[in-house]
Amino acid sequence: MLGWGVDRLRADMNRLLAMLFHQGVLDEQFLQLQQLEDESSPNFVSEVVNIYFHESEKLLRNLRGLLMDREFSDYKKMGTHLNQLIGSSSSIGAKRVRNVCVSFRDASEQNSRAGCLRALELLEHEYCYLKNKLHELFQMDQLRVLAAGVTYPPQPQH
Amino acid sequence: MSSNSIASNRWMSEKMDGFDLSPNSNSDNEEEGVHVLAVDDSLVDRKVIERLLKISSCKVTAVDSGWRALKLLGLLDEEDKSSSSSSSSSAGFDVLKVDLIITDYCMPGMTGYELLKKIKESTTFREIPVVIMSSENVVARIDRCLEEGAEDFIVKPVKLSDVKRIRDYMASREVRSVQNQEERSSSNINKRKLQECFDLSLSSSPPSISSSSLSYPSRSPSLTPSPPSLFSSSAPCSPSSLDSPTRRLKMTGFD
Repeated sequence: MLGWGVDRLRADMNRLLAMLFHQGVLDEQFLQLQQLEDESSPNFVSEVVNIYFHESEKLLRNLRGLLMDREFSDYKKMGTHLNQLIGSSSSIGAKRVRNVCVSFRDASEQNSRAGCLRALELLEHEYCYLKNKLHELFQMDQLRVLAAGVTYPPQPQH
Repeated sequence: MSSNSIASNRWMSEKMDGFDLSPNSNSDNEEEGVHVLAVDDSLVDRKVIERLLKISSCKVTAVDSGWRALKLLGLLDEEDKSSSSSSSSSAGFDVLKVDLIITDYCMPGMTGYELLKKIKESTTFREIPVVIMSSENVVARIDRCLEEGAEDFIVKPVKLSDVKRIRDYMASREVRSVQNQEERSSSNINKRKLQECFDLSLSSSPPSISSSSLSYPSRSPSLTPSPPSLFSSSAPCSPSSLDSPTRRLKMTGFD
């Protein structure tokens, strides 16, 4: 029964969200974004998060590019990129990514290239995990919407 | 073309290209609701603040830099506009009427602090409340902004409760403005004299004056038939009018 599918999907989504909160991957700012969704803006969260992914990947590429340069010394530039990442991560509730960026920034302020390289690897790892999980969440949401549309007999649209 | 008709022309236009205007903004209800100019170089943050404001029934114009904000407000070549009549009006920008400016602190080029200073230096716009947002909870920074005349300081990430607090403040400002307007009807005479002087100087210059240069006198509440403007000069913009004790409490404590 499709009706059961919708409920099941919703339960799975909630379970995934709860896990991400428990792990500290997401914080209450993500919930705040969800509260901003309504009929006039039903995909707000995924829209903002996709913008976040797009921007973050640019920044991550820049960071890696900077560190891979053997003559790298522009820690200030690195700090600028990190500040941007810290800001946007906090705005969407990506707590763990944000915290890793803060440690990364500390390493860059100490002009430690080794420390920065380690921090970058950790950041890339955390970012990938976040992206995968959020993609999972959005896919489930899309399925849920589809299933909800098919489940019920034709009713007047409102 | 009498000077009276120039002065009573609409001093605001919503024909704006390339900026994130809220879909429900139109010239009919331009005087209703709070119009907020949001400034942030981060696209993610712009989207979030835009949504927070719209859901709080505000009209929003979101821009990515202090430079663009000043341009929209018509503050960029202020010195040029008063003298030359043709070059600035050919730029095509009409002056934006805003009730509140909310800006990020850390931005490349012009910081939010620098933007705040420029706004407070402007005779036209110094009355507009400016709210600063920052992800860094630095007391010295907060104090500096408040001393420069910022109305409030929000630590990011911005939440609905932050926007609601600002919205409530704007609403109480409007109430106070109505009360003050009623009390100050006797001082209208002075303002009218000021208007006459301005009109005299206008009528002596070429007719192709940009609408932005006419915005100064027509903002006076006594001259427009519209609902009371939020630019009542009696509303103090000093840090003492800050009404966000909880947020300040949260803000103090560390550097």
